Amino acid sequence: MLYRETGQFKTSYKGDMAIFTIRQDRWALIAVLVFVVIGVPLIASQHVIAGYLVPFLIWSLAAIGLNILTGYTGQLSLGHGAFMAVGAYSAYNLASRVPELPIILVFLLAGLIAAVFGILVGSPSLRIKGFYLAVATLAAQFFVEWVFATYPWFVGGAASMVIDTPPMDIFGYRISSHLDNYYLVAGFVVVGALFAKNLVRSEIGRAWMAIRDMDVAAEVIGIRPLYTKLSAFAVSSFYGGVAGALYAFCYVKSVDFTAFDLFVSLKVLFMVIIGGMGSILGCFLGAAFIVILPIVLNEIAHLFAGQVPSALLTNLEHMIFGGLIIFFLIVEPHGLARLWTTMKEKLRLWPFPH
Amino acid sequence: MLMELAFAIEVLIAGLLSGVMYSLVALGFVLIFKASGVFNFAQGAMVLFAALTFVRILEMGVNFWLAVAIALAVMILLAIIIERVMLRPLVAQPVIILFMATIGLNYFLEGLAQGIWDSQVHGLDIGIPDVPWMSVLESTNILISLFDVWSAVICGILVLLLAFFFQKGRIGRALRAVADDNQAAMSVGIPLQLIWAIVWAAAGLVALVAGTLWGQRLGVQFSISLVALKALPVLILGGFNSIAGAIIGGLIIGATEKLAEVYLGPIIGGGIESWSAYFIAMLFLIFRPQGLFGEEIIERV
Repeated sequence: MLYRETGQFKTSYKGDMAIFTIRQDRWALIAVLVFVVIGVPLIASQHVIAGYLVPFLIWSLAAIGLNILTGYTGQLSLGHGAFMAVGAYSAYNLASRVPELPIILVFLLAGLIAAVFGILVGSPSLRIKGFYLAVATLAAQFFVEWVFATYPWFVGGAASMVIDTPPMDIFGYRISSHLDNYYLVAGFVVVGALFAKNLVRSEIGRAWMAIRDMDVAAEVIGIRPLYTKLSAFAVSSFYGGVAGALYAFCYVKSVDFTAFDLFVSLKVLFMVIIGGMGSILGCFLGAAFIVILPIVLNEIAHLFAGQVPSALLTNLEHMIFGGLIIFFLIVEPHGLARLWTTMKEKLRLWPFPH
Repeated sequence: MLMELAFAIEVLIAGLLSGVMYSLVALGFVLIFKASGVFNFAQGAMVLFAALTFVRILEMGVNFWLAVAIALAVMILLAIIIERVMLRPLVAQPVIILFMATIGLNYFLEGLAQGIWDSQVHGLDIGIPDVPWMSVLESTNILISLFDVWSAVICGILVLLLAFFFQKGRIGRALRAVADDNQAAMSVGIPLQLIWAIVWAAAGLVALVAGTLWGQRLGVQFSISLVALKALPVLILGGFNSIAGAIIGGLIIGATEKLAEVYLGPIIGGGIESWSAYFIAMLFLIFRPQGLFGEEIIERV
């Protein structure tokens, strides 16, 4: 009843090529945006905004980056944490060494530096494929961790390896409260998600998908594999870099290479798989799942805090997390985005399915 | 000059012998990848699980060989459960889904191992002393750990056993058929599920041996599950589906890694062993993308 496109005719080419062709989808998007801008500050507490919403948005952005590389281009990467680390450290160095730079430009430049690094990491992808490439991206992961751990230059020569980020100003306005941080992050995520959504519908996005489906066949029909794969690496690590910079500046407010270790790479990969490969919406669903699950497990664990030893609780949390991942993969291997699609199909026919 | 040469040889031999230990972990990956095309990220957790089970049973005062038998039985049981619960519903899914499932399994097993037993460091002594080989030290002035030599011998025996197992008898033939082509093997009546359970059990056996040897060296604790990360470059260097590749790859990685650590490490800042092995493996991959002994990748449209 509610979700039906009856009577909505596509009468122009422009209408046919819109991102959201169904009117209800457009309304839903506007509703979500209004909720993000006006609704959240009204109902969410400071604690929820700083502790849950900001990391959720940042992880979504990181997941969009990895989804472009793994979901759309089919290049399995275990080095996304390295791209985030490069972004975070680049942003820190730009902001502290060149204080005149506007902070938004700093984040974008950090993303560009991460993109250059991503092209370097992706350059063997023309010859090395599949799991061989995945293990090769691990090289980048460990190399980046080592570089930031070994050379103090990257944290301005400080003795301690964990460094607070400098304060952020936008047109003379100091970003200080949790809400300011939230708006800054949300701005980046909204623009980034819409840009990504459009990118994957464009010529380059279709080239990525052709490479994913079969790279030899794509090459035969005239898609340049090197350019296509490297552009996917560049865009992916740009998103990763910006997400890493936002993570350091707006969430933890410090730069620390241990925050971007191998398990961060795996976490982002989980978001992409659980959310749905090749889906921008899936990145948000996956990030929500992976951010919320440990919180829920933690809350449940608190209920048993006195009765069960804490070491056992931590291990139980690991077991349940791993078990749920396997369970989700068995139940819905195409991710939460597929569930959403199925639900929309059902809704179109509801309440008369025949 | 002679001293330096002796030192270089010492480093080389130590590297080769530690490479054998890497091969041992890589072998577990290869077995499963060969038979089912699954890149089993949980191999490290299996090493931890096996070693913890073994050491805790030993600590209860059980006889050594009985403890080996019990630990082995537990690993076989684990293989059967994994096949039943995880692999069977995921049959015919894309490899990346299976890969992610093994990462989930990795978390699960780490939690399980430390939940049932505990996360203390357990010393493990299997009766092989970690002392220099005296007769070699006296005659050539080269220091070789007797423990390394013994573990190389054990690893060699294990590889021979596995090769024999894969080559002879009905099960060996079935294993090779499954490794060659899952679907064709199934269509001629080979019980795929049974073969997978056998392969995971074999990987469990390898994990037990690797966990015992690494456990004596480092103490049985969480960090031995990270040994798997050391085995990954061995794997891509040797090729995902070659047992010989895992052995030779391990030797190459072990030797070059030690040499790089000793001669290159001090120049660029030390602690390079976390990534040097990956770089060495990548250099080889540029020239042979399927690894040294991996099957040739033939691409058709």
